[in-house]
Amino acid sequence: MGNAFFDLSSAHAEYGRCIDDDRLEQWPDFFTDECLYRVTTARDYREGLEASIMSAWSKGMLRDRVSALRQANIYERQAYRHVIGAPCAINEAGGHIRCESSFIVARIMRDGATDLFATGRYLDVFTRENGALKIAERVVVCDSHRIDTLLAIPL
Amino acid sequence: MDGTPLEWPEGLTRVPYWIYQRGDVYADEQKRVFQGPCWSYLCLEAEVPNSGDWRATAIGDAPVVVARGENGVVRAFENRCAHRGSLICIDEAGKGAKQFACVYHAWTYDLAGSLTGVAFKNGVKGKGGMSPDFKMSDHGPRKLKVETIDGMVFGAFDAGAPALRDYLGAEIVSRIARVFRGRKPVVLARYTQALPNNWKLYVENVKDSYHASILHLFFTTFELNRLSQTGAIIVDESGGHHVSYSQIARGRTGNAEYSEQAIRSDSDYKLADPSLLHGFAEYDDGVTLQILTVFPTFVLQQIQNCVATRQVVPRGPDAADLNWTILGFEDDTPDERRARLKQANLVGPAGYISMEDGCVGGFVRRGVEGAPDASEVLEMGGREAVGSESRVTEASIRGFWKAYRARMGM
Repeated sequence: MGNAFFDLSSAHAEYGRCIDDDRLEQWPDFFTDECLYRVTTARDYREGLEASIMSAWSKGMLRDRVSALRQANIYERQAYRHVIGAPCAINEAGGHIRCESSFIVARIMRDGATDLFATGRYLDVFTRENGALKIAERVVVCDSHRIDTLLAIPL
Repeated sequence: MDGTPLEWPEGLTRVPYWIYQRGDVYADEQKRVFQGPCWSYLCLEAEVPNSGDWRATAIGDAPVVVARGENGVVRAFENRCAHRGSLICIDEAGKGAKQFACVYHAWTYDLAGSLTGVAFKNGVKGKGGMSPDFKMSDHGPRKLKVETIDGMVFGAFDAGAPALRDYLGAEIVSRIARVFRGRKPVVLARYTQALPNNWKLYVENVKDSYHASILHLFFTTFELNRLSQTGAIIVDESGGHHVSYSQIARGRTGNAEYSEQAIRSDSDYKLADPSLLHGFAEYDDGVTLQILTVFPTFVLQQIQNCVATRQVVPRGPDAADLNWTILGFEDDTPDERRARLKQANLVGPAGYISMEDGCVGGFVRRGVEGAPDASEVLEMGGREAVGSESRVTEASIRGFWKAYRARMGM
């Protein structure tokens, strides 16, 4: 268990750093090929509503999200700063590690405005691939159901 | 600047920027538009399925409660206690209510919003209490006129509003019906996009078919635009409602045709996982996209198999909430439901073809900050507010301003 805690914390730190450093092309590599990534709200999650604000049902769809952000979508230059809390409710079984971790994300706009953009929790299923932890499923449950302006960069 | 005369340039092709900025205009809109004889979307009938189920919503600045009564009829009333003005319902939704009680002084209301009880009305031990001539029937929050269409609940503050179907007109009514096809909608997600701009800038954006292929590059970049598509703009007689649609020219479209069209791409950029757009044949008429607006603030969208309602709620002159409700239908098969969940990526604050709409209104707000007396130019596709087979037109935006100015007396 101690080992899992260390590995998960490290995976969280690397994940946040990757996005915050604008290395989005590497973001899909945190996931397994077959994966689910989705962003929902605490309210929808509680009610069991199935659709997401953003979702990817494979590593290919994660890559498509990044190429769309790079090539197609238009939005003002912005960056995130993730602070991801310690993993808790860790449950290791059948080759998977489940855990829950809170996060806060500040958004920094090109004019310098820095706002608390999102808070919530990651509900994760990790699996080990060649010794490294990969995300098989990440449900990003945002505490609020209000998204300011737009959600371009993934959480 | 508030209080200086409201001078509108001649014709429908110019819109002065103060219309998005002035506090007095905003206040006047609350009276003349939102609380005038106009219909606003409130919620879905499916969100209040049983007697005593209720949901809080809003028309303009005014908070509204929608509740289904004992008789099964859906009603709506202003969420404002007749006593001292507190919200009556302080949550978002509830089930099985028998009555509503204001938390402040426990004045109670039935499911239709009629005042039924005043705490300590007769005082305590013969002292205090309301005066004997106080009649509960003289007090209560305003009740709205309510009508439903295809499972959607609309409300109007002004009893003088025409019947909903007359307000919409036959063409809009049939364009709503073709989306629902008599099926019962199921809510798949609800979220709010906080827009950094006046509500009218968003409504203009939705009615603006000219920007679609220019600002939203997702389909173009990945060369996902359908071949052999036709389309048109419909503007109703009032100008306030519109439909923009595109359609695969041949009649019925099968699944194979959908996927073949969706993945055809000669671009350098290809989707690594095109299953995002693997839809299913839901509509016999070949319409792949239909955006429909109802004056002032309602949008019904069908983008492939992604069906949603959008409700615009103004939050002062410089902000608005866009409430999205993503829909499926009760008779969806598991595969169809899965397709809808994937296609939900197209819309909302992270939508591949809609995220830009969240920021572009803010770009306009900031751009015109110092130029209240300058005007936007709306000459694409002529000077009138009539439908056309070309979508390179601003006719439906001109239509919005025609209806808006009529309502505002400008």
